[in-house]
Amino acid sequence: MTKTQLHTILKTESLTIGYTQKKRQTVVADDVNIALQQGELVGLVGANGIGKSTLLRTLTKVQPPLNGSVFINDKLLENSSHLELSKSLSVVLTEQPASKNLTVFELVSLGRQPYTNWVGNLSENDVSIIEKALLQTNIQQFKNKKCFELSDGQLQKVMIARALAQDTYLIILDEPTTHLDMYHKAYILKLLKTLAKDTNKTILFSSHEIDLAIQLCDKMIVMTHSQVISDSPCNLISKGVFNDLFPEDMIAFDEKTGSFRVKK
Amino acid sequence: MTNQTTYKVPFTILIVTLLVCFLGNISLGSVSIPVTSVFKSLFTSIDNDSWHYIIHNYRLPKAFTAVLVGSGLGISGLLMQTLFRNPLAGPFVLGISSGASLGVAIIILGAGIFGGSLATLLLSKWSVVIAASLGSFLVLLSVLAVSLKVRDTMAILIIGLMFGSITSAVVSVLSYFSSAEQLQQYIFWGFGSLGNLSWNELFIFFCIYLLGLFMSIISIKALNTLLLGENYAKSLGLNINQSRFIIIIATSLLAGTITAFAGPIAFIGLAIPHMVRQVFTTANHKVLLPAVFLFGAIVMLICDSIAQLPTSDYTLPINAITSLIGAPVVIWLLVRKRKMLF
Repeated sequence: MTKTQLHTILKTESLTIGYTQKKRQTVVADDVNIALQQGELVGLVGANGIGKSTLLRTLTKVQPPLNGSVFINDKLLENSSHLELSKSLSVVLTEQPASKNLTVFELVSLGRQPYTNWVGNLSENDVSIIEKALLQTNIQQFKNKKCFELSDGQLQKVMIARALAQDTYLIILDEPTTHLDMYHKAYILKLLKTLAKDTNKTILFSSHEIDLAIQLCDKMIVMTHSQVISDSPCNLISKGVFNDLFPEDMIAFDEKTGSFRVKK
Repeated sequence: MTNQTTYKVPFTILIVTLLVCFLGNISLGSVSIPVTSVFKSLFTSIDNDSWHYIIHNYRLPKAFTAVLVGSGLGISGLLMQTLFRNPLAGPFVLGISSGASLGVAIIILGAGIFGGSLATLLLSKWSVVIAASLGSFLVLLSVLAVSLKVRDTMAILIIGLMFGSITSAVVSVLSYFSSAEQLQQYIFWGFGSLGNLSWNELFIFFCIYLLGLFMSIISIKALNTLLLGENYAKSLGLNINQSRFIIIIATSLLAGTITAFAGPIAFIGLAIPHMVRQVFTTANHKVLLPAVFLFGAIVMLICDSIAQLPTSDYTLPINAITSLIGAPVVIWLLVRKRKMLF
């Protein structure tokens, strides 16, 4: 694994993201150059409305880039079909699954869909991958429970297990810690850290938990009005990037503690 | 998805029940024929010619029709509930039944306008079947055309309901201008009927039904993926538009032909999937689809047996019986379990 450690899983080249509406382009961010390596846990932070979701939607091929290119595992995103993409990229969205009448095992096993036959039969290999995902996320004890019986924190772990079962190089999570209490926020992010290390997958998540992200991430992508910058948390702090994150009238970044303080 | 529990026992029970109900259904009727004679006449011939005739040309096609109608409506209800992620969806949400009603209304209520021999031609049974199929097909085509522009599944659902409202409004206008006799004929069509099909008609019905069933079966994996929601389904590599198209076509083939041949039969499509979910407590369509097939057929056979009021000369409208028998069952199931599973 050490040889592949430096393999780049997700790369963007002078990417411009935004919307096209009636032939008018709204640029949300431009000149986005990021490169994420195998086994890295990466946090994407930025103020509300800065374009985190737009960036994630562009990276997951939900919307096309205005300019520039995205490579996943050296393959140009626009050239790969949805089925191909589903084998290299899995997602955890903010939305809840449409049906909660599934058991945990059934829901996680849906992650194997890109690999199964026309009717979705699971092979022994599929089952062992599912069991492993249940084990890695520590939910095997309630694998036969229905999803409507679970708490928010448990359900989030199930959704992460489903993404793991999809067996991809890259997992992208959109705000995985919303609606969770402080303990579970830390728990989920710590879990992601462990998973990135153990499975050597690249895990990218967007979050508002900047202090937690600083403590746990290998790399962070910070979106401000002027730029999208990615580096290790320490370098970002010394560059003073976090001070530009929010308007300066309410809160300020304290470099010593790595967290924000309310201005009194 | 695997079924970690195998459902051998409930499936065996369902299959046996289906066979019993089927035999019970052909044993009951206005003419009382002993069960042993019924059984004999199925495999060999019996001495009593009129009994043989009744069983082979009246009761058997009717029982087969009941099986096709019940299973077909149940399956199309299941498809719609999963596609629209809405427990209230049924096979008729896309305006299929109102389209059929419109076609039939134009034929029956509009017949007076044409008058004379053309009217008699128009009122033959085949023209009603064709009008119903055409009506449902046209309404569905409009819904599909709109659905190509509108990507939101919920919007398609509402558009289907709107098409339903438009067609029923047109039916009201037509009814206003038609005679009491025509109105009566139209209302009788609306009661639904399983017993009017000859073997030839049943064969055509069966062929279209098989096509719809085949399309439902190849959609099983897509339906399971859709349980996560459309965005997740896309991320799992599912071609949403293609799957949605196949599912809608399957529903319209099933519900459209059933309405054309047996009239609009309420309730079965909405309720059967719920009954099955309460019994099987799974959301896996690999289990649900065959279970809904068996359950729908059983319920329809029972409803039909009740509707023909055994040993009496009367036959009650099947459309009323399905609701009268089935609705309390669903209410009871939901009150007992207190959860609308989906």
